[in-house]
Amino acid sequence: MIELEHITKTFNTGPAQVHAVQDVSLSIRDGEIFGIIGFSGAGKSTLVRCVNLLERPTAGRVTVDGRELTALDDGALRRARKKIGMIFQHFNLMPSRTVFGNVAYPLRGGGLSKDQIRDKVRQLLALVELSDKENAYPSQLSGGQKQRVAIARALANDPSILLCDEATSALDPQTTGSILHLLRQLNEQLGLTVVVITHEMGVVKEICDRVAVMDRGRIVEEGTVFEVFSDPKQLITRDFIRTTSNLNKIEELIAEDAPITHLQPGELIVRLTYLQTSVSEPLISKISRDFNVDVNIVFSNVELVKGGSIGGTVAIMSGERKALTDAIRYLSEKNVSVEVIKDARVS
Amino acid sequence: MQGFLEKIIPNIMSKPGELFTSLGQTLQMMLVSGSISLVFGIIFGVIITVTSENGVLRNKVVFNILDKAINILRSVPFVIMIAWVIPLTRAIVGTAIGTKGAIPPLVFGTVPFFTRQIESALAEVDHGLIEAAESMGSSPWEIVFRVYLKESLPGIIRGVQITFVSLVGLTAMAGAVGGGGLGDFAIRYGHQRGQEDVTWVTVLIILVMVSVIQGLGSWLIKKSTH
Repeated sequence: MIELEHITKTFNTGPAQVHAVQDVSLSIRDGEIFGIIGFSGAGKSTLVRCVNLLERPTAGRVTVDGRELTALDDGALRRARKKIGMIFQHFNLMPSRTVFGNVAYPLRGGGLSKDQIRDKVRQLLALVELSDKENAYPSQLSGGQKQRVAIARALANDPSILLCDEATSALDPQTTGSILHLLRQLNEQLGLTVVVITHEMGVVKEICDRVAVMDRGRIVEEGTVFEVFSDPKQLITRDFIRTTSNLNKIEELIAEDAPITHLQPGELIVRLTYLQTSVSEPLISKISRDFNVDVNIVFSNVELVKGGSIGGTVAIMSGERKALTDAIRYLSEKNVSVEVIKDARVS
Repeated sequence: MQGFLEKIIPNIMSKPGELFTSLGQTLQMMLVSGSISLVFGIIFGVIITVTSENGVLRNKVVFNILDKAINILRSVPFVIMIAWVIPLTRAIVGTAIGTKGAIPPLVFGTVPFFTRQIESALAEVDHGLIEAAESMGSSPWEIVFRVYLKESLPGIIRGVQITFVSLVGLTAMAGAVGGGGLGDFAIRYGHQRGQEDVTWVTVLIILVMVSVIQGLGSWLIKKSTH
């Protein structure tokens, strides 16, 4: 359990003060994967560094597993940090050490014998499926392999928490997928609490149970992934949802005057965004049947997240003016948000 | 062979003993002052790194004192340094002349330079590694020994390489206080008495020394870089 209470972090950089984190309170439960999403400069990396006090908050209290870290002395804090693993965007492996040496780093000086360290390292490398790379140097590994080594190293002292600071941002989409899969697996097998900092919507959708949206140092929205993304309250959250959906390409297509956007009189382009569980209903066939309108789907995007599916459709609708109006009203009643993007209805 | 050498380097062949003595003095000055400087350079280089703005033991006062002291010492021309530290030299080694008397000024001349070399080698250690070590619960001392010094080894060797080469030059100047050595040998015979072959042979020997330092350093750098 991670408890952040009224965390504020201000940097004094010369004459200007930077308020990186402002009065953030969060509570992250045991065994969940919690996402913190925000654009660059939103303060999310600073916030996650406040959890293990790599950055000491200017004000506020950090409690991890019942111990108030902000009240500990240096030695006790260092012992507490051993139980909070952390991985980074650029992996931060030590180039002069082999894979074995890197994973062994946090184990040395902890009272373990050479044999115990060797066994533990091998066990960790097996966990991240890199047993064959024991003697390789980081420079000989791919990005995904480096992050796996970093994960093994972070787990060396059997932490209950793993902090991931943009851990997949330097990886290609396929490798990102495999690392996320590994994180999910560790979460399930070891009961690890995972905190994921990211600017990628896809990462949150893929593995997070709950998410907080951060903007200019503050948490602006928080809830389960499904809650937040099926019904975003803040503009910035909607911006994030857009980044992973192609439903907004229609505006670009209209701006480019693409042939598909040329409408006949009586037609209109609409964007339907599904909320809650309406995705499962056959709404499109229902409106074409009941209201006698034609619906030509331009593109559609539905994604599965924890708790349900989220998505939408961009379509060209045509038919009688009244029929169109009725069909739109019907959709709205069914909890589908309807935006008319381009309208060629005859008046 | 003997005859041939006597023909081309007559002034060397007439006093080979002096040449070897000079070489020995140079090596002695280099190794003794170099080793002492190495220890102090690493200590001060580490202190200035960890006490700096982003260091793990940030301390403005210590940093500023050390930083300014290095700048001042580095601004003093070496021949002047030799004269300045005479009282200190007498206090430390009991004499201000001879090879022994040359060692303290050599140390004073080399430590600030070497400290900067170490500082820049340590600065090349990615800050992310320090952060990772901190996140794993490493103490500042562990970070110094297990991260800074270990990870910057190639850079430190490069610093040692550069420092020893420049030390070769400084030992030649130490001849001014009767420190002896190859530089002194070359000045007394090659320059002042116009025995050109002495100058050439000395330069050749120094060239070999510089090449050995460079070669050995580069080999070690290659071995320690992964």
